[in-house]
Amino acid sequence: MSEKSSGIVPLKKTDWKTFIAAGRPFIALVLLLLVCMISSEHFRSPQNLINITRQVACTGIVALGMTMVIIAGGIDLSIGSLMALAGVSAVMVMGQISDPCLAVCLAMLVSLSVGFFGGVINGMIVTLGKVPSFIATLGTLSIFRSLALWMADAGTLSSNNDIFRAAGNFYIFGLPLATVCFILLALVFGVLLKQTSFGRHVCATGSNPKAAQYAAIRIDRVRFGTYALAGLTAGIAAFLFSSRLNSISSTDAGLSYELDAIAGAIIGGTAMNGGRGSIAGTVAGVLILGIISNALDMWGAPVNLQGAVKGLIIIIAVFVQRQNNE
Amino acid sequence: MEQNSFLLQISGLSKSYSGVTVLKDVSLCFGKASIHGLIGENGAGKSTLIKCLNGITRPDRGTFLFDGQPYHPSVRRALSLGIVTIPQEFNLASSLSIRDNIFLGCELRRAGFLDHGAMRRRCNELLESLQCDLCADTEVSSLSIAQKQLVEIARALNRDCRLLIMDEPTTVLNPPEVNNLFRIMRGMRERGISMIYVSHKLGEVKEICDNVTVLRDGELICQTPISEVDVKEMANRMVGRELKGIFPEKRKVSADAEILLDVDQLSQSDRVKDVSFTLRKGEILGLAGLGGAGRTELAETLYGVRRKKSGRIFVAGKEVRLNSPSQAVRCGIAYLSEDRQKSGIIQDFGLDMNISLISLLKYCRCGFINKSVELKQAGMYRERFRIKSPSLTSPIRELSGGNQQKGAIAKSLDAEPRIFIFDEPTRGIDIQSRGEIYQFIHSLASEGMACIVISSDLEELIGLCPKVAVMREGSFAGFLEDEHINEKEIMYLATGVK
Repeated sequence: MSEKSSGIVPLKKTDWKTFIAAGRPFIALVLLLLVCMISSEHFRSPQNLINITRQVACTGIVALGMTMVIIAGGIDLSIGSLMALAGVSAVMVMGQISDPCLAVCLAMLVSLSVGFFGGVINGMIVTLGKVPSFIATLGTLSIFRSLALWMADAGTLSSNNDIFRAAGNFYIFGLPLATVCFILLALVFGVLLKQTSFGRHVCATGSNPKAAQYAAIRIDRVRFGTYALAGLTAGIAAFLFSSRLNSISSTDAGLSYELDAIAGAIIGGTAMNGGRGSIAGTVAGVLILGIISNALDMWGAPVNLQGAVKGLIIIIAVFVQRQNNE
Repeated sequence: MEQNSFLLQISGLSKSYSGVTVLKDVSLCFGKASIHGLIGENGAGKSTLIKCLNGITRPDRGTFLFDGQPYHPSVRRALSLGIVTIPQEFNLASSLSIRDNIFLGCELRRAGFLDHGAMRRRCNELLESLQCDLCADTEVSSLSIAQKQLVEIARALNRDCRLLIMDEPTTVLNPPEVNNLFRIMRGMRERGISMIYVSHKLGEVKEICDNVTVLRDGELICQTPISEVDVKEMANRMVGRELKGIFPEKRKVSADAEILLDVDQLSQSDRVKDVSFTLRKGEILGLAGLGGAGRTELAETLYGVRRKKSGRIFVAGKEVRLNSPSQAVRCGIAYLSEDRQKSGIIQDFGLDMNISLISLLKYCRCGFINKSVELKQAGMYRERFRIKSPSLTSPIRELSGGNQQKGAIAKSLDAEPRIFIFDEPTRGIDIQSRGEIYQFIHSLASEGMACIVISSDLEELIGLCPKVAVMREGSFAGFLEDEHINEKEIMYLATGVK
C-alpha cells in the first residue's frame, strides 16, 4: 500500500466526470445558441441578442436570490408578488414628489426597501416561526399580491416622470441598464456564494443543516439572510421592470416570475433539496429559457404552446441531472 | 461436508468499481441453520459481497448456488428465495404502524381489500414468537432503535426468510438489547434459518457465530469454525499483522492540574438530572451508560445544542453561558457527534471545506476565504491523521468511515478547543483506524486537552480511560477509577442491579 504514506491517490477519471457534469448547463447553452444562430438570420443579429439579455434580466436577477434560497434548503414562492408590491409602492411614492430627480431616487430606495423587508418577513416566518418555507412563502405570495392590488386598486399605475422612463431605456456601452445590473449582480452573488464565509455557510446549511448547526453555524441567521437577499433582488428587479415600462400593473407585474426563477436555477444545476448549485449555472439556465422563448417567437410557434416547451426543458434538465447523480 | 448440506455456495465472485477491485475471486459456503460471522476492516469488501448476494449490485464474475439450484441474484429473486437483508439504516416507513411495515409490499387481501384482521393476527403471532411485547398498531416512529430492529426481523420472518443478512446489527444496541438479539438469533437458528452476521465487534462474533469468514482487501482470508479462532486471532487476520494492544498506555493526571471544566448540578429537561463533575487538564474521562441514559444529552447540553434547565457550568474557572454551539466553540469546547453521517460531516463538501467549517473565519481575509491557506491546513491534517482520500477537494462521502471520522475530528480540532467531547468515536470503524483514533485522543490529552469519551463499547472505555463516570437515567450513578474499571462494575452502576 504505497498510498498510505502520502494519502494521495490521484483519480483523474472522476475529476473529468464532475467537470462535465458541472458544465452541462453551459454545454446546453452553447449548443442552443449555435442551433438558433445557424437557423435564423434574425436571431443572430446583435440587436436581438441584446434584446434577449434585456428580456431575461429581471427574471435573472430574481433567480440569483432564488438560487441562494434554494441552496440553503428553502424556496421562495412570494418573489413575484413581492416584485409587484415593491413596484407599486415605488411608482406611488414617485407620484407624490414633484422634483423628478429626487422622485426617482426615492422610488429606487422604496422599491429596494420594500423588497428587502418583504424578504425579511419571509425569513422571520421561516426561521423564528419554524414554518416550512413552501407554506410560509405561499402565504406571503398571496399577502404581497393582495396588498399590491389594494394599493393600486387592482389597476396599472403609470408614472409621468421623464427620468424614470429614461432610466428604463438607458444604455451603458451598448447594453441596456437591466442587462448591466444583471451582469454586475451575478458577479456579486457569484463571489458571495463561492468566496465568502456566508456563501460557504449557505451550502453547508442546505447540504446538512444538522451538521452545520453542530459546526457552530447559526443556520437560522444563514437562512434568514438568503430570504432577505432574495427580497432585495425582487426590489431591484421591480425597479428595473417598472422603469422599462414606465408603469406597473398590480395584477400582471412579476406574475409567475418565481416559477421562472426556480426553473432557471434548476436548469442551471441547483439541487432542489439544497446544498448544491452555482450562480454561473443559474445565469446559464435563465439564458436558456430566454433564448428558447425568443427562438419560438421567431419560428412562429403558437404563443400559447410556449409554456409546454418550457416545461419540457425543465423536466429534461432535471432528468439529465438525476441520471448523472446515480 | 456433502454438497447439499450447504444453503448457499458462492464461487469465484469478483467485482470492481471503475477499475478498483473490491472483491477478488471469493469462494464461500454457508451451511444450513447456522450463524456466519463476516468480518473485515472497512473497505474489505463485506458490503459489496452482501450487495452482490441480495442483487443490489451485479457482480463481474462468479456463480451462486442456493439450496443446490443456480441463483442469479436480483432484488426480486433474492426476496422470493427468502434472502432478506437488514441494513444498518433500517428500511422502515416510520409513519406507518408495525403491522403495515411488516406487510409492506406483501399485504394480505380479501376480495381486493386489505384484510386488516388477518394481518393483525399474523403480526401478533410474529411479535409473540420474538417474545417482545409490542402492539401491532403502534406507529414505528415511536419505537426505540432496538424495537425497530425487532420489527425488521419480524418482517424478515414474515417473508419466509431462509437466509437473513444483518449488517452491524449491534452497533446501536446496549448490552441487554444485544443479549436479547442473540436470544432471538439462536431461536431462528433452531427454526432452520441461516444468518450472516456482519460486525466489527469480534467478541460478539465469537459469542454468537458458528463460523467466521474474514475478508481483507477484497480477498477471502479464511473461513473457519468459530471454535478454531479466538478474538485476537480474528483481529490479526483482519489487519494482516500482529495487533499489539491498540490502546495506548494510560497516564495519570496530577491532582493539582488546572480544572478546565466544572459542571455544577446541571439539569436539562428529564434526560439530564443534577449532574456534577470536574474535568482537569490532560484528563480522559470515560462516560458509560445504557442507551437513553442521557450521555449524549449531557454532551449536547455542554455543547449548547440543548438548553440547560438549571445548574452552572464553569470553563477554566469562569462561569459560561452555553446556549448555542458557537458559544461553546468560543469557550473552547469541541464535540464529535455520535452520528457522523447526520451531524458530523457535510457529505457534499471535500476534506478541505469540512475541516474549515467551524473555524472558517480564521481563513477569511476582508470577508473572503483564502482558499490556498485552507487547502494547506487541510493537507496538514491529512498528513497528521493519515487520512486516505483521493484529493483534498473530492466529496468526503467517497471516503471510508474511518477516514470520515478522522476528518470530523480534524474539523473540531481546527477550532482549537481545550475540552473535547468524543461521542462514540469509533462506532462502525475498522480496527486500524480505531487504534489511530485512540492514539489521537491519548496524544491530545498529553498535550493538555481535557477529553470526555462517551462510548457503549465497554472495552474501549476500560482500555482508554483512567476514570469512568457511569450514567443511569439522566444522573451520575458513580465514578470508577484505575483497577476498579471493569465490565462488571460498569454494568452494575449502569443498570442498578447486581
